[in-house]
Amino acid sequence: MVNKENFKKYVLELYEKNNRPDGRGLLDYREPIIIETGVSKNAEGSALVTIGKTKVICGVKLEVGEPYPDSPDEGTMIVTGEFTAMSSPEFEPGRPGEKAVELARIVDRGIRESGAIDVKKLCIKEGEKVWTVFIDVFVQNHDGNLIDASALSAIAALLDARFPKIEEDGRINYNEHTEKLPINKKPISCTVIKTGDYLITDPNFDEEDVSDARVTVITDEDGIINGMQKGGTAGVTKDEIYKCIEIGLEKAKELRKHL
Amino acid sequence: MSELLIEEKNIVIPGEEIAKGMDFLPSTGTFREGESIFSKNLGLLEVRKHVIKVIPLKGQYMPKGGDDVVGIVRDIGFSTWSIDIGCPYHINLTVSDAVKEYVDLSKADISKYFDIGDIISVKVTNVTKSKMISLTMKSYGARKLEGGRLLKISYSKVPRLIGKKGSMIGMIKEKTNCRIHVGQNGYIWINGPAEGQRLVEKAVDMIEAQAHTNGLTDRIKEMLEGVKND
Repeated sequence: MVNKENFKKYVLELYEKNNRPDGRGLLDYREPIIIETGVSKNAEGSALVTIGKTKVICGVKLEVGEPYPDSPDEGTMIVTGEFTAMSSPEFEPGRPGEKAVELARIVDRGIRESGAIDVKKLCIKEGEKVWTVFIDVFVQNHDGNLIDASALSAIAALLDARFPKIEEDGRINYNEHTEKLPINKKPISCTVIKTGDYLITDPNFDEEDVSDARVTVITDEDGIINGMQKGGTAGVTKDEIYKCIEIGLEKAKELRKHL
Repeated sequence: MSELLIEEKNIVIPGEEIAKGMDFLPSTGTFREGESIFSKNLGLLEVRKHVIKVIPLKGQYMPKGGDDVVGIVRDIGFSTWSIDIGCPYHINLTVSDAVKEYVDLSKADISKYFDIGDIISVKVTNVTKSKMISLTMKSYGARKLEGGRLLKISYSKVPRLIGKKGSMIGMIKEKTNCRIHVGQNGYIWINGPAEGQRLVEKAVDMIEAQAHTNGLTDRIKEMLEGVKND
């Protein structure tokens, strides 16, 4: 953006009147939110989430691996995030940067801490063989609010995923799939950004660019907070954190309807 | 025996034969081969008497001498500013072309005239064959545009944004109470009340998407008035 200061002045003036550059209310998400599942043939489960112009694709792959020594009867999970260079002028090709790692960690935290995947059911032979779940998040187009879109795509892809068939000789047949992955919870993340004194959800690229701070709240359907993440340079007061949690719980309910 | 093969305001594709015979003259976006005139671009056909033009639907702005454009200062050199006017060439604005007073370059810091990120209204004076482009601020209306923001539209849609004798832009200015400065390169500078800026942005997006349709001015008017009544 050419003139950040003037743009910030402009958005603050709009926020004061409970308005946004695209005409939404301060806490409205862009419409429609579209979740397409089964978009990738080669993945065990996949989902493409579209919020406004933001597009995030997530693929779930399953492989057989060894369990960690301290939890021999539990499957493992790895989340990676990647910003493709085509998605925004600010992303470069190469290994994941700071933002991509943070994104992956937030998605990981939501799924891990909520106990979304029943890891005990991923065990094939205790201490020797368990399923490893790879959740790969790819940002296709960046128009703000990547965290919410990524977390939504990850849980949608997990709900879509099926186990590949294990043949009698122990080989894995990726062409045939059996039952669905054991998913107990649906954690949803809601990111609230703070610009000036205003709290806003689902910012677009430009709004995100001039924001001061960001608070992500991940909650499950029982209203339990599974994780939180604070970003940005400005401070957030205690009252604002409580307000963010309130907003997060409410918005998560709306977003969960799309799954 | 000359004949027009395609009617005016139709969309033509590159290489499509537009007219036969030597009575027609090829203008921008067209070329003559043999006795026929062909299109160079994907765009709208325009015929003015004998002159045939194709206005591209999209494309990169190519500067030409005499254009009034809006530019962004991207970098400052020893005696020049590097200006982005949305074309694929590197353009420098020299101190002698920009400032009327005498500037002692050994002492002066030229960022006091224009700084990085400033938006300026500037005139293209000359474009050479090897695409060396010179700009000048010594022209009517050329100045630094203080405050405000920049919007962008495809350069081929600028005539639509301005309208016949400025009807469209005049209406937008009146309805939104914003100050608007449109460059021929498709860069638009706006300043004014936030609600007005939001409406200008919406109108510009509408023009970008529907430039080829009829009755656009009325629809924009409706949109600007409709939102205001809410």
